[in-house]
Amino acid sequence: MGTTGPLTDDGLVQLLTPAGVRTAHPDYDARVAHLDADALRGLYRDMVLVRRFDTEATALQRQGELALFAQGLGQEAAQIGSGRALAAQDHVFPSYREHGVAHTRGVDLTDVLRLFRGVDHGGWDPVGHGFHLYTLVIGSHTLHATGYAMGVQRDGAVGTGDPTRDTAVVAYFGDGSTSQGDVSEALVFAAVNNAPVVFFCQNNQWAISEPTSKQSRVPLADRGPGFGVPSVRVDGNDVLATYAVTAEALERARSGGGPTFIEAFTYRMGAHTTSDDPSRYRSSAEEESWRLRDPIDRLRTHLEERGELPTAFVEELAAEADALGERIRTTVRGMGHPSPASMFEHVYATPHSVVEGERVWFEQYEASFADGARAGEGSHR
Amino acid sequence: MSTTTSATPAAPSTDQTPGGVQRLTFAKAINLGLRRALEQDDHVLLMGEDIGTLGGVFRVTDGLQKDFGADRVVDTPLAESGIVGTAIGLALRGYRPVCEIQFDGFIFPAFDQITTQLAKMHYRSRGRLTVPVVIRVPYGGGIGAVEHHSESPEALFAHTAGLRVVSPSSPVEAYAMIQQAIASPDPVLFFEPKGRYWEKGDVDLDAAPTGPLLDKARIVRAGTDVTLVAYGPTVQTALKAADTAAQEGTSIEVVDLRALSPLDTATVAESVRRTGRCVVVHEAPVLYGSGAEVAARITEECFFHLQAPVLRVGGFHAPYPVAKIEHDYLPGLDRVLDAVDRSLAF
Repeated sequence: MGTTGPLTDDGLVQLLTPAGVRTAHPDYDARVAHLDADALRGLYRDMVLVRRFDTEATALQRQGELALFAQGLGQEAAQIGSGRALAAQDHVFPSYREHGVAHTRGVDLTDVLRLFRGVDHGGWDPVGHGFHLYTLVIGSHTLHATGYAMGVQRDGAVGTGDPTRDTAVVAYFGDGSTSQGDVSEALVFAAVNNAPVVFFCQNNQWAISEPTSKQSRVPLADRGPGFGVPSVRVDGNDVLATYAVTAEALERARSGGGPTFIEAFTYRMGAHTTSDDPSRYRSSAEEESWRLRDPIDRLRTHLEERGELPTAFVEELAAEADALGERIRTTVRGMGHPSPASMFEHVYATPHSVVEGERVWFEQYEASFADGARAGEGSHR
Repeated sequence: MSTTTSATPAAPSTDQTPGGVQRLTFAKAINLGLRRALEQDDHVLLMGEDIGTLGGVFRVTDGLQKDFGADRVVDTPLAESGIVGTAIGLALRGYRPVCEIQFDGFIFPAFDQITTQLAKMHYRSRGRLTVPVVIRVPYGGGIGAVEHHSESPEALFAHTAGLRVVSPSSPVEAYAMIQQAIASPDPVLFFEPKGRYWEKGDVDLDAAPTGPLLDKARIVRAGTDVTLVAYGPTVQTALKAADTAAQEGTSIEVVDLRALSPLDTATVAESVRRTGRCVVVHEAPVLYGSGAEVAARITEECFFHLQAPVLRVGGFHAPYPVAKIEHDYLPGLDRVLDAVDRSLAF
């Protein structure tokens, strides 16, 4: 943990200390005042379920059921806190590690695994959930979010004062993405258009093997003001704080106040993906120091010390997590094999003679093996 | 956006728009096609650099911001990836953005957004999302410009599944094709031959844009000896070649591809089966160019009808040269006729 440079603790909004103690913050206390014990337990439940999803998906990859998986381990508070601040009409453009946000948008988490199993490039209805498909080329989607927000403005869905109509858009991206030109362009377009978009940067400190110091000499949040976009740094392992700062930024966007840059300072406790080996580039001491700042432990301690985590709730949640794990395993193993000819579907929205011609050829080619006339051929795939 | 309520001004009444048959430049025909699209669908937006107050560096959008407002004819920051990336977001919200890339050589900052994002969005969402974005690109040379202002990058986009790639060859075609491109639910790269912007043609402004203009090639001039395939700026060159050859007793059939994606091989093949000879002409370099694709497909489909190999005439495998020698680089009338002669002599 540095005291200067991009990893400084300076200026982080925090409402729960790593020891689970609620600390006052004059700017943000009001944003969480309505969150009673039930609501806090709800956030705790979200984080526990999402972590179970992470564990199950990682295991499924190890068993060969998934081609790859990108763990969200350690980033639950950043994702659940921000995701639970959203309104139904808001629209999210995620990167590829936002499983927690997907959960808050009502996406069935097993659908997320369709991408990682290799049966779908997407897997869910992005319109119905207000949750766009994952974007794997980092940073590209910050422009989509900004353009979508410019559409929201043109629809007159900003600043009406109607809480069911005014709409905000959120782009989730990471520390590595901030170096991409598209992110800078998105900040330019958002600023000059005063677009209702929130740039939610999860600084998990590692872009695969590259530390944040390879992306920036200063806190990432400092980038915002240079574009005319106000920014805030928040303790990304504090679910109350991420909820509070996101709620404020969303309200600014919906009311016509324009974009905000949020840097949620967190830690990628797992590997970049199941193909990665963090032991090659970071120390176990660093990992251990962040295990002590685990976002779920923090809220659990807080609730326990206030006597707001009854045994019955804990047991029910454990059973729910077990059931989720079972459902994930069963669902993933039951995902069918896509039909080979499905590769030709939806290349275009209207008929395209080249695609049609190739589809017809391919189907005839495949069919040519069916009648036994070409026995012995076609087995070399 | 200056206000928080919907700032879309009412569309002007159609009686402000010219009608009937008018003699128009290529650029004005596109302008009026854009105007018609803006009138007919409130969700059509134009986006680009200098397209508003200035009316575009070629004046293709002249007067449109005045009539449709700054929220529908948008002067954007100078960032091509940003233009296309935000256009994708607007399309996802239900709008139909028409982006202008100021010059061909400026499109590459947007290449990732076009090929990785725009082209694949419909596919990767299994058809749940459509992104009806049109990207207008003034392309090609012959105007004495400085570097990066005369290139022909169309094959790079035709190689990418998910994009439609078209290029009109006359004011009449341009007026209709731009309207069809905007109406298409697919992303369309609309390559405008900037060297032809000032050429004129009679355009019936009341004619609805009908027919498969984005899908089908057309035979512009019938002939019997050689099929000359062109698109965009080289269609006029091909027609001149046909005139000249006719004086020497050679009958050239000129095919305007209109679209590179989809490539209408059937129309070309039907012609080549009659003529037995085929020459393809484009300004882009021939190496891996669209002429190579035409040649390969015609060879496959017309092998026993061919009297000569399919020949290509186009740019060389060198960066677009300095203006003083660009006409030595471009496939002009002489080079086209030379290829026709070589085909006939084979």
